[in-house]
Amino acid sequence: MKKSMFMAALLMSLMFILAACGGGSGGSSDESTEEASTEESTEETTESSEASSEETTEGSLSGTVTGDGSSTVAPILELINEDFNAEYPDVEVAVGVSGTGGGFEKFIAGETDFQNASREIQEEEITALEDAGIEYTEFKVANDGLTVAVNTENDFVDYLTFEELRMIYSGEATSWSDVRADFPDEEITAYAPDQSHGTHDFFKEVVMEDADIQAQLNQDTNVISQSVASDANSIGFFGYNFYMVNQDNLKGVPIQGPETEEPVEVSDETVMSYEYPLARPLFVYAKNEALQNNEAFLTFMEFTLNNASTAAEEAGYVALTEEEMQEQMDKLAEFQ
Amino acid sequence: MELINKQEVSKKLSGRLLLNKVLKYIFLLFTLVGLVVLATLLIDTVLDGWRYLTPDFFTSYSSSRPESAGIYGALIGTLWLMAVTAPIAIILSVGTALYLEEYAPKNRLVNFIKVNISNLAGVPSVVFGLLGLTLFVRLMELDSSVLAAALTMSLMILPVIVVASQESIRSVPSTIREASIGMGATKWQTITRVILPAAVPGIITGIILALSRAIGETAPLIIIGIPTILLFTPTGVLDTFSALPMQIYSWVKLPNPEFQSVTAAGIIVLLFILFLMNSVAIYIRNKYSKRF
Repeated sequence: MKKSMFMAALLMSLMFILAACGGGSGGSSDESTEEASTEESTEETTESSEASSEETTEGSLSGTVTGDGSSTVAPILELINEDFNAEYPDVEVAVGVSGTGGGFEKFIAGETDFQNASREIQEEEITALEDAGIEYTEFKVANDGLTVAVNTENDFVDYLTFEELRMIYSGEATSWSDVRADFPDEEITAYAPDQSHGTHDFFKEVVMEDADIQAQLNQDTNVISQSVASDANSIGFFGYNFYMVNQDNLKGVPIQGPETEEPVEVSDETVMSYEYPLARPLFVYAKNEALQNNEAFLTFMEFTLNNASTAAEEAGYVALTEEEMQEQMDKLAEFQ
Repeated sequence: MELINKQEVSKKLSGRLLLNKVLKYIFLLFTLVGLVVLATLLIDTVLDGWRYLTPDFFTSYSSSRPESAGIYGALIGTLWLMAVTAPIAIILSVGTALYLEEYAPKNRLVNFIKVNISNLAGVPSVVFGLLGLTLFVRLMELDSSVLAAALTMSLMILPVIVVASQESIRSVPSTIREASIGMGATKWQTITRVILPAAVPGIITGIILALSRAIGETAPLIIIGIPTILLFTPTGVLDTFSALPMQIYSWVKLPNPEFQSVTAAGIIVLLFILFLMNSVAIYIRNKYSKRF
């Protein structure tokens, strides 16, 4: 009996050691827990009363900023956040990557201060925000050119029109010869990002005229670019940054839109000037109430707009034109 | 007359021996399929990721520049998550198992509950994520905090621990239970001094295996909306955090090919923690199991 009690004691202590190990840096987590929760609630009240934060000088600014949304926009925000953190180490910025659609759900539920989007806000989302009583401001942060690409072995596709893209992605054309008579009779494999991506929605709206996309949908854009790179008769589309890093393995297809005279190749210049028919702005939607009451968020947004162009280029996107960036800054200036 | 028709036997013998041999190699092949795939995956991951496993990798936060990306935030976040999940899950599930095995009357309702707990163990983790999102994140307004995630994870691994604990409590011989009561011990004294000590190896093995599942689980965290871009660690259970599987998931989707190697490095760290936890479980099981 004694032995089993000893064993029990041993095992119990082992259990505690395990739990403590699990604690890691947590250490005295139980004590800090209560402190933290009271701290947080006081923080919230100061945030909303705001009076004290006006005196805050650079560096001592503190607070929390939360965002979510597009995985396309996320790399830009991550770069900005790294530099922002170096300057304002006490501001805690947390950004999720739930996709444009998933992020809007959180934005509508009032859980986030800002929302990254790789497409414009949709009608239903506008109504839902109105119903929730959330006012927002739209900021453009960068430009992206949705790039349609084929395998490098594909030497017959010189350009595609919107109509041809529609044929491919509606499943109407199953072989390349269905698309254009002088193309070879090879079966097309079409790849596309899935519905969680704003890229999917953008393509559906602009190219497909809201018809459903019939293709192999994938959540991971890397899988799409790799599939197109390895499958000779395939076609796929994704953000400009995925094309930029895979330029050697992919062939970008010039696109002729309904309003363009001739096919336009995707490039920094054609995206910035919007000559490229699939150029699109990338957005950050900010909650007005947070801009007014949360000094940390306002500072973060200022910082974002000031650094958006360099960050966009580093992340593989195209900067806004100077006038356009000035417009965004003017919008933000109204909250200062 | 001979008792055995030797001719008849030897005629069939070679066929039987051959079948024996063939089956042996077929089963060996089946075993190898799993092992080879696993080994390929491990070797590929380690080769791809080892050069990112520098001290800096463990001390710096994630970054969109692969050369300065680290796992610090996610690692601390995961440790926090486990530290909060473990006590909640252990207390709830061991308590449940004790009630079901020791106190509950043997009737249809209890049987129904037992069957359903086993069924719960098979519910996909996404469903628990949705439950966590509605209940903890939205209704209780815990947002994407450590506590909300820990409660969700606890619920997810609860059935696993309950079933494991039930098994090991049941396997305590009734003779020593009766002996304890015969000595005049109360039910509670019997539980704490006889049954739990005897059942603890099995319970702890169950706990560690369940926590190993929780540490690598991504789906509930995605649904709850755990952020991946953040440059701070939580200071309390109500702070938001990131976790290893989330970090790996977001790295693997980045366009820069270098991030595939960073991802591999992150996977190595996660696998190492898993390996460590499973070793502890095996050690405990071997060391303390044969006691009766």
